[in-house]
Amino acid sequence: MSDGRSFDDIVREARLRLLRMHYESGVGHLGGNLSALDILLCAYHQVLGPDDVFILSKGHAAGALYVTLSTKGLVTDDELRQFHKDGTLFSGHPPPSGIAAIPFATGSLGHGLSLASGMALGKKLKGEPGRVLCLTSDGEWNEGSCWEALAFLVTHRLDNLVLIVDANGLQGFGRTEDVLRLEPLAEKFAGFGLRTIEVDGHNHEALSRALRGGAGAVIARTIKGKGVSFMEDRMEWHYLPLKEAQYLQAVRELEGACATSSATRS
Amino acid sequence: MRNVFRDSLVAQAARPEFVFLTGDLGFMALEPLRAALGARFINAGVAEQNMVSVAAGLAKVGLRPWAYSIAPFLYARPFEQIRNDVCFHDLPVVLVGNGGGYGYGVMGGTHHALGDYGALLTLPNLRVFIPAFDEDVVVMVGRLFEEPHPVYLRLGVSEKPASLGLPPYAPWRRLVRGNGPCLLVAGPLVGAIAGAAVALDEETRPNIWVLSELPFPPPPPEFHADVRRADSLMVVEEHVAAGGVGAMLALHLLGQGQAPRRFRHRAALGYVSGRYGSQQFHRHECGLDPESVLADLITTS
Repeated sequence: MSDGRSFDDIVREARLRLLRMHYESGVGHLGGNLSALDILLCAYHQVLGPDDVFILSKGHAAGALYVTLSTKGLVTDDELRQFHKDGTLFSGHPPPSGIAAIPFATGSLGHGLSLASGMALGKKLKGEPGRVLCLTSDGEWNEGSCWEALAFLVTHRLDNLVLIVDANGLQGFGRTEDVLRLEPLAEKFAGFGLRTIEVDGHNHEALSRALRGGAGAVIARTIKGKGVSFMEDRMEWHYLPLKEAQYLQAVRELEGACATSSATRS
Repeated sequence: MRNVFRDSLVAQAARPEFVFLTGDLGFMALEPLRAALGARFINAGVAEQNMVSVAAGLAKVGLRPWAYSIAPFLYARPFEQIRNDVCFHDLPVVLVGNGGGYGYGVMGGTHHALGDYGALLTLPNLRVFIPAFDEDVVVMVGRLFEEPHPVYLRLGVSEKPASLGLPPYAPWRRLVRGNGPCLLVAGPLVGAIAGAAVALDEETRPNIWVLSELPFPPPPPEFHADVRRADSLMVVEEHVAAGGVGAMLALHLLGQGQAPRRFRHRAALGYVSGRYGSQQFHRHECGLDPESVLADLITTS
């Protein structure tokens, strides 16, 4: 990294910042932010080029997006501190204007892939370079419009679009498989004609390789609440804000995990 | 009106930024446009939600997308996509709804758009264009390529009588002059009403205005003068009263201190008998046909 920090340092700091941001503002949605953060960081630091576009269709991971943008210098620290405050641009879901790096307001699920398809098709019609990456959740595939978009992007051979699914297996009020059965998702995507690969959504090397590799769809198998023991794979962390003791424990766990990780590497 | 719309767009096909999307509609009508646009003519399938968001994405990269379907399929099914993806971002997408009001007649209520512009005008940045005549479509199509905001274009069937001289296009136009009451109409049904009115003697003949853009620009002084002289105004539209031109104009006139003594509104009433029929059948049931409008206007003003 240009400022001397390793990618692992950036990931560690981003995860802690994401926690603090949510704790200080007293809001939830942490589970799906933590499952998506590695994907966002890999995309922004190791995959996206100057002509590429990223659309966060799972807008409830706005916190992870804002933090990721801050690691790239696209959002300032002062701006991050405005998260969820009155008068902020940094609302609970990405806003339609005012943050240059965010192309579309999202938050109602099932919009992003169609928007990405429009941008990808537009790039092709104009002969412009670059790809469009779009991150959806897995519960989002309950929305019929996602399947409309999937058929559209395959029909129009949008090979400049990469669909990423943050497959953490949990959604608003139940397990994804119990609410509306989604699996086998890779087979379904492949059945549409989309080259699809599945990766560990917390393995940075595998993730970045997959996102660079020319696949049409990358299903990132993730853990909701990744990195915090009492949040991992627990539906309630779609909603709950952190209490002080929980926040302190979460910080200890994340710092400990990073220390362990560093020790293991060395 | 649809064929004039198509021909006007074919004339614009050389614009490199022009992209046309259809929700799998246009058989026996849009084929010349498809031929003219090539890859920039996109049949997005029976998937209006995706079509509208794709249009937003296309506009985001600097293209000028027009998205077309039967009016209710275009505005009601993808309403959230219009709100979030097009209007929140103030993108220059033209949404074209064919068959506004009871335009699809006996096809039934699923194919009617009785609350389209009222619903859409609750959204930020969006403008509505309601051509009354084929001639309006030609002017509007050229203008809409320069419009920097989202647009809903409500197409119908031109009903211009041969006897009616048409003034140049403007958002507010007086089509018929007389010494009678004042009538404002939105939409193509003004043609038949104006055609019937020109046969009346000058003393009873109403001043008939047509309004074609919403939110409307301030009415011209001549309109206020007509309302003031008659001290009465009737508004007619093929749209439900809620969110309609009648409510908008009444509020405006009240706010300006220009409200006449008498204000009447004739609007779409849904399905009065519970039966279905042609556009004329439904207009008649709602009292929107020329005979009902003029009889009420002249005998009670």
